[in-house]
Amino acid sequence: MKTYNQVFSELKGQNRTALIPFFVIGDPDFDTSVRIVKTAIDAGADVLELGIPFSDPIADGPTIQKADIRAMKSGMNLGKALKFIRKVKDYRDVPIGLLMYYNLVYQYGTEKFFNDFHKAGVNSVLVADLSIDDADEIIGPAASAGLDTVFMVTSVTGPERMKLIASKTTGFIYTVSLLGVTGSRENLSDTIEGLIGKLKELTNVPVCVGFGISKPEHAAAVAQAGADGVIIGSKIVGLIENNLNDREKMLAKISTFLGEVKNAI
Amino acid sequence: MKYKGRFGDYGGFYVPEVLIPVLEELEEAFYRFYEDQQFVAELSQLSREYAGRPSPLYYAKRFSEHVGFKVYLKREDLLHGGAHKVNNTLGQGLLAKYMGKTKLIAETGAGQHGLATAMIGALFGMETKIFMGVIDIERQSVNVHKMKLCGAEVIDVEGGTGTLKDAINDALRYWTGHVTDTFYLFGSACGPHPYPTIVKHFQTCIGKEARQQCLEQLGKLPDMIVACVGGGSNAIGIFSGFIDDKDVRLIGVEAGGRSLNSGKHAATLVVGSVGILHGAKAYLLQDEEGQIHDTESVSAGLDYPAVGPEHCLLKDTGRAEYVAAEDDEVLDAFGLLSKSEGILPALESAHALAYLVGQKGKLDADQIVVVNLSGRGDKDVSIVEKRRPLEN
Repeated sequence: MKTYNQVFSELKGQNRTALIPFFVIGDPDFDTSVRIVKTAIDAGADVLELGIPFSDPIADGPTIQKADIRAMKSGMNLGKALKFIRKVKDYRDVPIGLLMYYNLVYQYGTEKFFNDFHKAGVNSVLVADLSIDDADEIIGPAASAGLDTVFMVTSVTGPERMKLIASKTTGFIYTVSLLGVTGSRENLSDTIEGLIGKLKELTNVPVCVGFGISKPEHAAAVAQAGADGVIIGSKIVGLIENNLNDREKMLAKISTFLGEVKNAI
Repeated sequence: MKYKGRFGDYGGFYVPEVLIPVLEELEEAFYRFYEDQQFVAELSQLSREYAGRPSPLYYAKRFSEHVGFKVYLKREDLLHGGAHKVNNTLGQGLLAKYMGKTKLIAETGAGQHGLATAMIGALFGMETKIFMGVIDIERQSVNVHKMKLCGAEVIDVEGGTGTLKDAINDALRYWTGHVTDTFYLFGSACGPHPYPTIVKHFQTCIGKEARQQCLEQLGKLPDMIVACVGGGSNAIGIFSGFIDDKDVRLIGVEAGGRSLNSGKHAATLVVGSVGILHGAKAYLLQDEEGQIHDTESVSAGLDYPAVGPEHCLLKDTGRAEYVAAEDDEVLDAFGLLSKSEGILPALESAHALAYLVGQKGKLDADQIVVVNLSGRGDKDVSIVEKRRPLEN
């Protein structure tokens, strides 16, 4: 199984930035979702960020909330999510980070969750509503399952806290480029360059940037600013939403957009 | 954060990283000001002159005759705004002012907390946004109108079931994007730390007064305290006054909705299981995988799938007992208090009264029960009218 370390090192050697698309597993349904993710891999995704839908996704904006609802309506659950990940890994060995809300992990049993999903092919589990203060609830189980850790840093995270987060991260740092929930934005925050710089002084783990990246120019700017990876969620989830009645067009649009971003970084 | 905000293993602050600094700022400000002389004096004056504290403890003689034991009502329904909610909004609103925040946001279910926040927004001249589920907007239209009259903007929340849970989701989302100038005035003793502690603090006046009034008016402590529980702020407020009086039973009444068997209810402590929602570990109504259940109750204010962390601990330790009252019993109790005392209770508070009706014949005639009448029922008249049409 390919590690984050391998992928980011390879890219660094080629002077490239990782393309990391985000999808909700099972959006809009299991089979289409598999096709979408395969399309993203073909379009050059270096790492995948995948979410398992939750009823109350407080860190997500309307686009991803709607994706969660679509996926849940089509019957997505944890058992199917495991099957989904195995299918993706059978297609191509691309590292997968899960983006979760804590209650789903907690109810499944944290250790069992990490073990089962690692076996299926997951490299890390980022718990959106678990901050570094309570990270000990997951760090031990993650390490024994063989998972890397991924934590978030935002533009309002203080320096001491940033140091703490960096010290507990083994996979990559998920840097939130602006305040607020997930969602496409017209303009990117200009604080991102400073933020990446600060993180680079603190840690050698890759620094990836997400939230609000909706154009190839955004991705290029983030890559220019020194990011090791660009995470794109709402924009491509929006392409799913806007093309629900034409699956082929949906796949083509996603492929084209990710191709453009890939070229820009 | 300076403190962990735990009640046993419950509570904590399970929130996205972006909210941590603003919760830290809130915690720091709360502990800086809550015992500050000027803050306390200002809050005390406003509580008295604006909100109408202290609220009376009233012996409901004719209602008592119906149930066969002595029932006293802690009349939070007489406060400005018509519910206990103003205790908390005054306290947090003043805190926001001391912190130099200029904008308030709040979630609301029944509209009582939304109204109490809108009032305080007007009082302090702060721009106020109230997040409210579309279902609740429909069933509590009078309160929506009142909020607007006070100058607040009411924001429709369409996600999920269009109730309190979804309003909290959207208020939290909005807050993550506006943390610098906006104060989130949380309405119940739940959510992430420090809210359970802050809200409880501003609601302890209910318990303190009630205990003192019992001693003055009755010469002794009551046998039982009964309060409705949604998130649990009015209940923790009155329980706190008696928590050390081990002989006083504490009863929290949750929303039994259509019935517990139907699954259409909000009886979180009675039938729920432990999980994490809205920033806290607590009992929740959820399925096996941890997806949160839709809830149902005739009272919008109790229609919530989680509960305050301190109640979870009080349940586990057995210090408080939690039961549920079904919609039909609640509507009966609403009618009974209206007819016997000329007091229309909020449907939320009517849950506590419904429990008393069920205790008929089980308590002795000289036993004393204090009910926290947390709000008045004017807002619910149209719901009651629909569910229980008058004969003529």
